[in-house]
Amino acid sequence: MTETLLSINSLTKAYPGVVANDSVSFDIKEGEVHALLGENGAGKSTLVKMIYGLVKPDSGEMLWHGQPFAPAEPRAARATGVAMVFQHFSLFDALNVAENVALGMEDPPKMGDLAARIKSVSEAYGLPLDPFRTVGDLSAGERQRVEIIRCLLQDPKLLIMDEPTSVLTPQEVDILFETLRKLRAEGTSILYISHKLEEIRALCDQATILRLGKNVGSCVPAETSARQMAEMMVGDSLQTPTRTAQDGGEVILQVSSLSAASANPFGTRLKDISFSVKSGEILGLGGVAGNGQDELLAALSGELKTSSDVVQIRGTGVGHLGPNERRAIGTLAAPEERLGHAAAPNMSLVENALLTGAIRQSLTDRGFVNWKGATEFAEEIIEKFDVRTPGSDRAARALSGGNLQKFVIGREVLQNPDVLIVNQPTWGVDAAAAAAIRQSLLDLAANGAAIVVISQDLDELMEISDRFGALNEGRLSDVRPAAGLTIDEIGLMMGGAHGMEVAQVNQGDTAQEVPA
Amino acid sequence: MIALEKRPQPSQAWSLLTPLVAVVITMIAGGLLFSALGKNPIEAIRTIFYDPLFGEFAFYYRPQLLVKGGPLILIAIGLSLGFRAGIWNIGAEGQYIVGAICGAGVGLAFYPTESAFIFPLMVMAGALGGWAWSMIPALLKVKFGTNEILVSLMLVYVAEQLLASMSLGLLKNPQGFGFPGSRNLQDYASAHNAEIIAGTGMHWGIVAAFIAVIMAYVLLNKHILGFNIRLTGEAPRAARFGGVNPTRLVVFCMGVSGALAGLAGLFEVSGPSGQISIDFNVGYGFTAIIVAFLGRLHPVGILLAGLLMALTYIGGEIAQGTLSLPAAAIQVFQGMLLFFLLVLDLLTNYRIRFGKKGIA
Repeated sequence: MTETLLSINSLTKAYPGVVANDSVSFDIKEGEVHALLGENGAGKSTLVKMIYGLVKPDSGEMLWHGQPFAPAEPRAARATGVAMVFQHFSLFDALNVAENVALGMEDPPKMGDLAARIKSVSEAYGLPLDPFRTVGDLSAGERQRVEIIRCLLQDPKLLIMDEPTSVLTPQEVDILFETLRKLRAEGTSILYISHKLEEIRALCDQATILRLGKNVGSCVPAETSARQMAEMMVGDSLQTPTRTAQDGGEVILQVSSLSAASANPFGTRLKDISFSVKSGEILGLGGVAGNGQDELLAALSGELKTSSDVVQIRGTGVGHLGPNERRAIGTLAAPEERLGHAAAPNMSLVENALLTGAIRQSLTDRGFVNWKGATEFAEEIIEKFDVRTPGSDRAARALSGGNLQKFVIGREVLQNPDVLIVNQPTWGVDAAAAAAIRQSLLDLAANGAAIVVISQDLDELMEISDRFGALNEGRLSDVRPAAGLTIDEIGLMMGGAHGMEVAQVNQGDTAQEVPA
Repeated sequence: MIALEKRPQPSQAWSLLTPLVAVVITMIAGGLLFSALGKNPIEAIRTIFYDPLFGEFAFYYRPQLLVKGGPLILIAIGLSLGFRAGIWNIGAEGQYIVGAICGAGVGLAFYPTESAFIFPLMVMAGALGGWAWSMIPALLKVKFGTNEILVSLMLVYVAEQLLASMSLGLLKNPQGFGFPGSRNLQDYASAHNAEIIAGTGMHWGIVAAFIAVIMAYVLLNKHILGFNIRLTGEAPRAARFGGVNPTRLVVFCMGVSGALAGLAGLFEVSGPSGQISIDFNVGYGFTAIIVAFLGRLHPVGILLAGLLMALTYIGGEIAQGTLSLPAAAIQVFQGMLLFFLLVLDLLTNYRIRFGKKGIA
């Protein structure tokens, strides 16, 4: 069990303007779950892409069982025994599971044989999956199973997983971990990329920590505290937000029996959602992505209109108002998708500041744009939220994800809203910036705003929420005080009743569903 | 190995340079085409680009530049607003025809009364006619989700039939000895869109085109509506989040482009053309699409592109006459211009890397 499977020796890869990996070295042993830790932009993705043959290193070498290993393309890496589950799935919604798996194979067997193999592998590893279901109908967790099974059918020696739990409920995470432990027991090595420290402590045998492209240390996760690992990742001590307890003020945002169809054919219909948020309160809404988060944000921001009284601000029905009319009365929102929704990729930061700031910052006069005012507003956001950019004339797409996120959140927070709805406020943002964004939300609440934070990061929600609820298939669970909730209770609130139970490994007589 | 690499920031320099480089490459490729046809390429290019401006008969051709460029610019400005927002009005030719019919119809209804009010009324009727014709695809799109490209294009052919029916029926000149076509408005002082300064080609349609260029520039750069148009084209979801009402925007952009095309038709029928006839339309509405893109959907660019396109038309006609180049060769030449422009457009957002390997 102690033989080295893959040895990485001073791998270096530079892109124009940035060294993604700078002499990174570490070993992965056989039958080991090895964690690769680091903030966004630390070089984790580049490193695994080199192992998987997607990117060629500038210098350095890799040894596989002591033999030189330099895959020219993913096919060569797969032939050696490397398999990878990407963070973003490459599945076709309109095809069924078996067809999707067949598409990724060099020499696919007959559909019936393949379906039987998918069935047997999925049962052997406790990942229940019906090969004939259409992928468009699957939850994110089930889609990930398709990707994992696609890899397992290749019988890999090394399985690379890129942030696998970001889309899973706690129960689904448990199922995944069972599977990974089973694989480890069979001698398969796993390279596990994440920045969720508790998971790594629970699962991984070894951890390598990257910061700014360099290997800054390794540790045995079980023997290291989460805080120590985080500090190695960030390079300085973390700023923990301080929650100033609020005795709830008056109810500002009131949602009653909100039901609405999604504008997107693969979207989720909102079903009978009711909640209220008081002045100075932060309501955290958890749930797995794709369970109505986008639609709820749209209904609150005004992109999705409802009948007037369904959404009320200070007792006045606003459900029929559009986004700008709601901005005028102090209701602002920051959607999840930064490029293309919260911001226009090819437009400058000044133009993007105008995008939502026009109304409250009074940036237009009889329809004519006050560009000087818009530039000042953009520069105020850049300065106060530490957005790293050479200037406000830069296109939004030129900013890194984290910097653009700071801009998007800053743009709404600085407009001093009464009600703020944010979806995934710190997605893809490094730890220091995430702490700053959360602090700005807490400050805003302390000044009396009512805030709804929709997020998939439970740690984040537990840290800043006064009350917590979860979305599941367009329904909202009971909303409960966040203090004192256990992880099991949260898991149950996040529900996901379908496909959650671990499959019975020896149950061979599962009825075959006829595909719809 | 050649690889394309996305630029982090669109290149300002290339966005200005591409039209010029496209013209130069078109000259080279066009020269090859002409020499393959057995003509002297240098002479052909000189005939097309130089003679209309500085040749022996330039005094005749220079006013033609404005006469042909004016309607192209006026229509292209309207189209560019919609194109910026991702609304594709391909039917400007039909709106141009209907504008001409409505404007001429109003003028002819007053014949032979003379009054200073007649021409302004005709202008309004022309704009209204083009607007109404463009509202058909616009309303069908916002109410039933039809494709405005197909509907507006098909309405061009309906408009052509309407034009033929008008020339043979309702608007036919009662004193025309049975020939198809209306009375000639050039002979009806109150309805004649005459040259403002004789011998320059400058008529009210050219004035309208210049005003449209300025208005479009102000709209796109200084007004929130222009910002919303650009935003909708760049990122439709961000535009909805920014409070843009897509329905209103479709109606606005289609309406403006239809009204401007209708105006162009009215100024043409009451001026250079003079009468409603079966072959009144000569494709300005379609060529304006090329002009809009050649001008990079920018008002000033469209002004220059409209004049350039007019130049290739006039130069092409001279080349047909003096060098007996086939008309099809001139059309290929104009097609090349658009082709090279669109190809080179890539360089604004991408850069080309040579001999770099590493990414499989």
